[in-house]
Amino acid sequence: MKNSKRPSRRQLLKMGAAAVGGGLLAQPKALAAESPGKLGIPLGPYGERSPYEKAVRWRRDTKTPETGSSFSPLQDSVGTLTPSSLHYERHHAGIPFIDPAQHRLVIHGMVDRPLSLAVADIKRLPSITRIMVLECGGNSGSEWTAITGPDVQRSYGLVSCSEWTGVSLSLLLKEVGVKPDASWVIAEGADACRMERSVPLAKALDDALIAYGQNGEALRPAQGYPLRLLLPGWEGNTNVKWLHSLKLTDQAYMARDETAKYSDLMPDGKARIFTYRMEAKSVITFPSGGQKLPGTGLYELTGLAWSGSGRIERVEITTDGGKSWVAAKLHEPRLPIAFTRFRLPWRFDGREAVIASRATDETGYVQPTREELIAVRGTNSGYHFNGMKFWKIQTDGTVRNVEV
Amino acid sequence: MWKCSVVVGVVLLLASIPLASQSPTFGVGRPPTPEDFRELATAIAPDGTGLPEGSGTVAAGREVFAAQCARCHGQKAEGDIGPILVGGQGTLRTPKPLKTVGSFWPYATTLWDYINRAMPFDKPGLLKSSEVYAAAAYILNLNGIIGEADVMDAKTLPKIRMPNRDGFVSDPRPDVGPKAKKPN
Repeated sequence: MKNSKRPSRRQLLKMGAAAVGGGLLAQPKALAAESPGKLGIPLGPYGERSPYEKAVRWRRDTKTPETGSSFSPLQDSVGTLTPSSLHYERHHAGIPFIDPAQHRLVIHGMVDRPLSLAVADIKRLPSITRIMVLECGGNSGSEWTAITGPDVQRSYGLVSCSEWTGVSLSLLLKEVGVKPDASWVIAEGADACRMERSVPLAKALDDALIAYGQNGEALRPAQGYPLRLLLPGWEGNTNVKWLHSLKLTDQAYMARDETAKYSDLMPDGKARIFTYRMEAKSVITFPSGGQKLPGTGLYELTGLAWSGSGRIERVEITTDGGKSWVAAKLHEPRLPIAFTRFRLPWRFDGREAVIASRATDETGYVQPTREELIAVRGTNSGYHFNGMKFWKIQTDGTVRNVEV
Repeated sequence: MWKCSVVVGVVLLLASIPLASQSPTFGVGRPPTPEDFRELATAIAPDGTGLPEGSGTVAAGREVFAAQCARCHGQKAEGDIGPILVGGQGTLRTPKPLKTVGSFWPYATTLWDYINRAMPFDKPGLLKSSEVYAAAAYILNLNGIIGEADVMDAKTLPKIRMPNRDGFVSDPRPDVGPKAKKPN
């Protein structure tokens, strides 16, 4: 059939259209007989995306493949939710394989009634669902010492937004009865390194969740299956995955990952400890580094903004390297501590343009420039970079990373 | 006889479930069992709370390190696949700070806690308590923090004053913009 000289269905349709255009009558019945339709593939039990869709996470090479991070393809994202399969990852000792029927969460230490809970126990309790962003404390860390990230994925991609479902930790703490002298909760994961973080009791009682659901299904193994801690607005590492222990104590335990790591070294040699909250941040995802505008004309600049302190109130965009700023349109609903998509129509006239976004959150905090951050923190703090990201659109439409 | 043992088994099973075991409002869960705790690493507080019995010398630690740690961290803890664990003191305020156990870590208890829970990288939990004390002793000795004859145990380890013990400050953010707080 492939070598047949008979015209294809499409050609026939074109001919038909031409015939109609020429005032002649088309003959649809005869066309249908020439080229019968083709059935699609049968229904399947678990969906997959089209093979034409190629967006994937990018993983930085590490000496040990079990530790490292994979970056979400923000440049390919639409809307405000990250598919679970593209959620950024940061693991310190691989992804454990856990049978949920064998998994337990033990709440112990300074409590009246230590409790061991099965996953099924936790699912029986009143649930909470919220859309929430999660950002690695080290996201954009490479931007401190140099503007090295050539594209938005590799420079800002350790952030994702999901709908999470779980149980309020404060509810569980009421069930165990926290002793009056307790002030910290030591969270531990069931991964090989038994990831450990100290969480102030006030945060645990405020808005912490024990999550078992993500985007309408169970957590993915890479996201802590079957249970993880969620601390809204706080650096990813504190949101301990594969959670199996919460120990109430009267002191922080000074774990390796809150002293040697995830602390911010200042120019005077002192390091800030317990810098948990991820502050307001935004980045333009289109056009962004590595992309190319196909020609001059009207485009929609778009990107994502978020803040660990609450709602995004305003996003402004510059197209002249920071000299002037215009307010972008924000997509609703603007949820606290969640991705907010912004957009701005813009005409590319073939002249070079330097673009960036800056976000303001509901506390009035304005996303700083890289220079403002460095003026206070130097270049060795490593974590919690939330500076603006500038892209240069060159005359031929190619977009690249630029230092302003 | 078969029936009898089933009955005995059921009675034993019921007896092993404490009655007032569940959470008061929602009636879920049970008191933790020793098996539950076996899955958890022992969390060690900076004051030494949680440290188990046992002890380790620098000499014993040298052997543990050669056998279990040097493969990734190098024979002298100079770093290879795993990070460098020695040196760096005095570099924290320079353009190229070197953060190691000796130059950066504020508590020696963290060293015991981390080796015990996470090392060796591919076989965490392999080392016995005394081997963890010994490995910690060796690394502290390499950094010039304890002497060759010092012995690490639940009493001595928390008393060590790490060189960077006072090197940490609280978070003063927001630290940029009009609402910036003054650093402590």
